[in-house]
Amino acid sequence: MSKTPKIINDPNHCAAELLDGLVEAYDGEAKKVGSGSIVMTDLPQGKVALLVGGGSGHEPIYHGLVGKNMADGAACGDIFAAPPPDIVLEATQAVDRGKGVLYLYGNYAGDVMNFDMGAELAEDEDIKVETVLIWDDVASAPPDRKEDRRGIAGLVLIVKIAGAAAATVDSLDELVRVTTKARDNTRSVGVAVAAGSIPATGAPTFELEEGKMGVGMGIHGEKGVRVDTICTADELAPQLLDIIFGDDLEFNEGDEVVLFINSLGSTTQMELLILNRALKPILAAKGIVVYDTVIGDIVTCQEMAGLSVSLMKLDDELKKYWDMPCQSVGYSKM
Amino acid sequence: MSKSQLNLDEVVAMLTGVTEKIIASEPELSEADRNIGDGDHGLGMQRGMTAAKEKLEAGGFASIDKVFMGVGMAMMSSMGGASGAIFGTLFRNGGKALAGKEVFDSDGLAKLLQAACEGVQARGKAEVGDKTVVDALSPAAKKAQEAAGLPLAEALQSVSDAAETGVEASKDMVAKFGRAKSLGEGALGHPDAGALSFSYIVQSMRDYAAQG
Repeated sequence: MSKTPKIINDPNHCAAELLDGLVEAYDGEAKKVGSGSIVMTDLPQGKVALLVGGGSGHEPIYHGLVGKNMADGAACGDIFAAPPPDIVLEATQAVDRGKGVLYLYGNYAGDVMNFDMGAELAEDEDIKVETVLIWDDVASAPPDRKEDRRGIAGLVLIVKIAGAAAATVDSLDELVRVTTKARDNTRSVGVAVAAGSIPATGAPTFELEEGKMGVGMGIHGEKGVRVDTICTADELAPQLLDIIFGDDLEFNEGDEVVLFINSLGSTTQMELLILNRALKPILAAKGIVVYDTVIGDIVTCQEMAGLSVSLMKLDDELKKYWDMPCQSVGYSKM
Repeated sequence: MSKSQLNLDEVVAMLTGVTEKIIASEPELSEADRNIGDGDHGLGMQRGMTAAKEKLEAGGFASIDKVFMGVGMAMMSSMGGASGAIFGTLFRNGGKALAGKEVFDSDGLAKLLQAACEGVQARGKAEVGDKTVVDALSPAAKKAQEAAGLPLAEALQSVSDAAETGVEASKDMVAKFGRAKSLGEGALGHPDAGALSFSYIVQSMRDYAAQG
């Protein structure tokens, strides 16, 4: 496999330089804090704060989800590496407005350890911190071991709800409750057809035989449920939905959902739309009402080819938060 | 004449020796990690220990516990990822257990390693047999409890031996965590790189205490 050409500078400075560029893209609405955080510029006193974060290289997440009615800040690590605890602490101090901070991020070992340590440092500074881990990838572990599941594209829907709630609720406990409900109502599954690469070395992030697809594979190439020969969009759509419907969250006739079809990098919008065309009749046949459709490349791994499908089941409360407008580099809604 | 206990300045000197040993061992640690993972462990440890060395050289430590905790903070901040969290916790938790200690002796060593092991296991959720640093740290902590009361140099000798035995044992283990996990049985025959790093740390402490 040939190395993908990259238009960058020093390959070891990618994380720092992309963060500078991201801050610039906010045109003053967000600012850089410390060595690796981005935080909204005007956060009102008394606001319950939402902090997201993780390794860089998956843009626009997580740091591109900082925005109005979205995350208040993000702690950013090096490429594919968790941010160290002091960056988490700097971000925590920068977003805290006296009501405490919710940490919301994907369930990966390095992230959990570093955010937990950041939380301990923050508590030493008398900042109240709670954590909700994102574990929407149904292919990564069985339903009775959710704490072993990875966080993938469903995070966008969960951060959207949490961001709206954080702008509205008056206590950290209430934000934890709403965010946990959004997390528990979200399921995703992905499929990979080609690896992305590590910017510093050009090495592929995983190996997959040409012409094959890894069903349920994670965004860094973690093991999925099976490797098959690549099929058509029409053939793939029912397979992906079957995996989600086979999980422990019931999707019944009349249920309203947000559908999110995400590209992992180089899979095109054309492909996502063709899959959308195939998914909709299957959902309709089950009587599931798609309240909103989101299509885009928001959770990526460089030029990785593949996509994921996420469903978030709505109730009246989640729908209220979903309907609120939001604005960020990674996801905006009118 | 070996040392039976260390004062504050000697603890700083001992840990400075540890940082130098790890910095110089980068090629071996990276090589060990290439056999089981992505090969960046040595560079990460080198980065962390360089930051720790700077902190030790800056000095100004009020007490022995603060020296170990300072090393932990420096490693954690400069490394990031899982190893920064694990080795940062090892030194921070271990250091906290020495609060109030005026000298570092074999009793302190036992408290340090016990707390370090508990902290690392609580943080990373690894057990003995998972092919992680715990496979060297846990037997070393157990040996330190048995050696409490002995002169420090003697206690460190047996603790260092226990850590090395643990590194050897990790060769026959299949990893449950991190990137070594995806290699599965492919990593058999190679020690865990984190366990190896820990054994170098206690070896260096042993060598300091053994000299006059």
